[in-house]
Formats: sequence, C-alpha cells, structure tokens
Amino acid sequence: MKPVNTIKLELESRSVNESFARATVAAFAAQLDPNVEEISDIKTAVSEAVTNCIVHAYPDCVGKIYIYAAIYENGKFKVKIKDKGKGIEDVEKAMEPLYTTLGGERAGLGFAVMESFCDKIKVKSKPGKGTTVTLEKIFSGRSATDDRS
Amino acid sequence: MSINITSTPMRLTIALSGEIDHHNAAALRLEADDAIQSSLASNIRIDFGDVTFMDSSGIGFVLGRYRIAESCGANVEVINLSGRLYTMMKLAGLEKLVTLKTK
Ligand SMILES: Nc1ncnc2c1ncn2[C@@H]1O[C@H](COP(=O)(O)OP(=O)(O)OP(=O)(O)O)[C@@H](O)[C@H]1O
Ligand SMILES: [Mg+2]
Repeated sequence: MKPVNTIKLELESRSVNESFARATVAAFAAQLDPNVEEISDIKTAVSEAVTNCIVHAYPDCVGKIYIYAAIYENGKFKVKIKDKGKGIEDVEKAMEPLYTTLGGERAGLGFAVMESFCDKIKVKSKPGKGTTVTLEKIFSGRSATDDRS
Repeated sequence: MSINITSTPMRLTIALSGEIDHHNAAALRLEADDAIQSSLASNIRIDFGDVTFMDSSGIGFVLGRYRIAESCGANVEVINLSGRLYTMMKLAGLEKLVTLKTK
C-alpha cells in the first residue's frame, strides 16, 4: 500500500534534539486525528528510539539520525528511526525487558516501552553498520483520506 | 522541565514538572541526589503530578534515586502518577522497590 503522506528528517545525535524529534513526528501524526493517548504513545516510542541512537549507536561521537514517517489511508502510521552507528550484536537479546549494555541510569526498558505503545516493531541491525527501528501504529480516529490534498 | 525540592525533618519531597527524557534527566539527577544525600529524612517522596511526558529515562530516574535513598536508609514513594506513567513504572517492576501512588 502506498502512503498518502510522508516526511523525512535528518538530525544530529545531540540529546537536545530528543524533544524536537518526538514533537515533530507527533505533529505530523496529528494528520491522522489521533486521540491524546495515541499521541503520547507515538511520542514515547519515538523518544525511546531516538535516545537509543544517541546513547548506544553513537556513544562517543555525534552521528546522524534519519527519521522517516508515513501516513496510510487506513489510519496506519509508520515511523522509521535509523542510525549508522555501532549496531546490535544480538537483537533478540537486546529487546528483552531489563536488558541493557549501559547500566547506570538506564533501565533496559526502551524496547519494551516501544512494544507496549505500538502495534508492531521491527528491528534490523548490523554490528558496525547501524540499526533501523520501524514502528507501526493504527490510529482509531478518522482516516487520512478525508482531507488529503 | 523543573524540579522543586522541599523538606521536613521526616520527609524530603522532590516535585518534578514538564518533560522527563534522557536530555534533561541529567540535571534533575544532580539536584535530587544532592538533596537526598544531605537530608536526614527517612522518607523520600517523588511527585510526578506536573510531569507532562516521560520515557524510560523517567524509570531510570526513579531507579537511581531509589538506590541512593536505600543506601542512606530511606524509603521512596512515587506519587501523583497518571495512568500512563503508573503502567510504565509497573512494566519496570518498580512497585517491588518503591511505593507507587496514582493521582
Ligand atoms: N540504536 C542502537 N544502536 C546500538 N545499540 C542499541 C541501539 N538501540 C538499542 N541498543 C542496544 O539494545 C539495548 C536495549 O535497549 P533498550 O532501549 O531496551 O534499553 P536501554 O537503552 O539500555 O535502557 P533504557 O531505554 O531503559 O534507558 C541497549 O542497552 C543497547 O545495547
Ligand atoms: Mg533505550
């Protein structure tokens, strides 16, 4: 299925951009007329994925984060968060709740939060090459076809 | 994002407001830990009533403060949680370590 609308963003992996990234994606998702809870779900999931790029993918340098978001006719929203950083050795293990390679103040819950607030999550990663997280959520609001122009 | 700390002999209250993410958790952490470590109160209360957004960094924040409070012999209470934040903290199993109270 072809999306009815898409956006692309490229940002530097600076922590000050975390709020910018989640607010921008949420503002775009607003075209699907989501309710307050659904907007919070998207904001939280995007914040997790972007923070992971900043703290894990590029731990000691500033790299690029690529965000692509798409709106589909049936109320489906898709967002891809991609980095060209460190990558993940064992994706299945990384996605287990409470698993973290950083410890300290990290709870190891980012992926668990993304899973619980989205309908679908896909993680593709290659050590040394980077990681792409794809999140999907179906919004219950009116469909985006109504005022497509 | 802001933090407001008040204290009585028995209780230290840390009231947070705004958005808690990885970026601003660092500053909150410094202020909160200073207060906890110099306090003699046996109860640390973290008030989430005015928090408008939180990701897993908020969970890390509570976990970290719990560890410090515990090493100082104090217990931790997290209050005024919205349904969403309560669910996230339960997801982390925080209810086994601290008292969680909803709005
Ligand atoms: N973009 C990424 N690049 C490299 N490694 C990643 C990336 N995203 C996640 N990881 C790895 O997966 C682990 C689990 O991620 P998750 O977000 O669930 O927990 P966390 O980031 O460690 O802690 P929290 O999100 O609770 O602060 C991380 O500790 C890290 O090792
Ligand atoms: Mg994370």
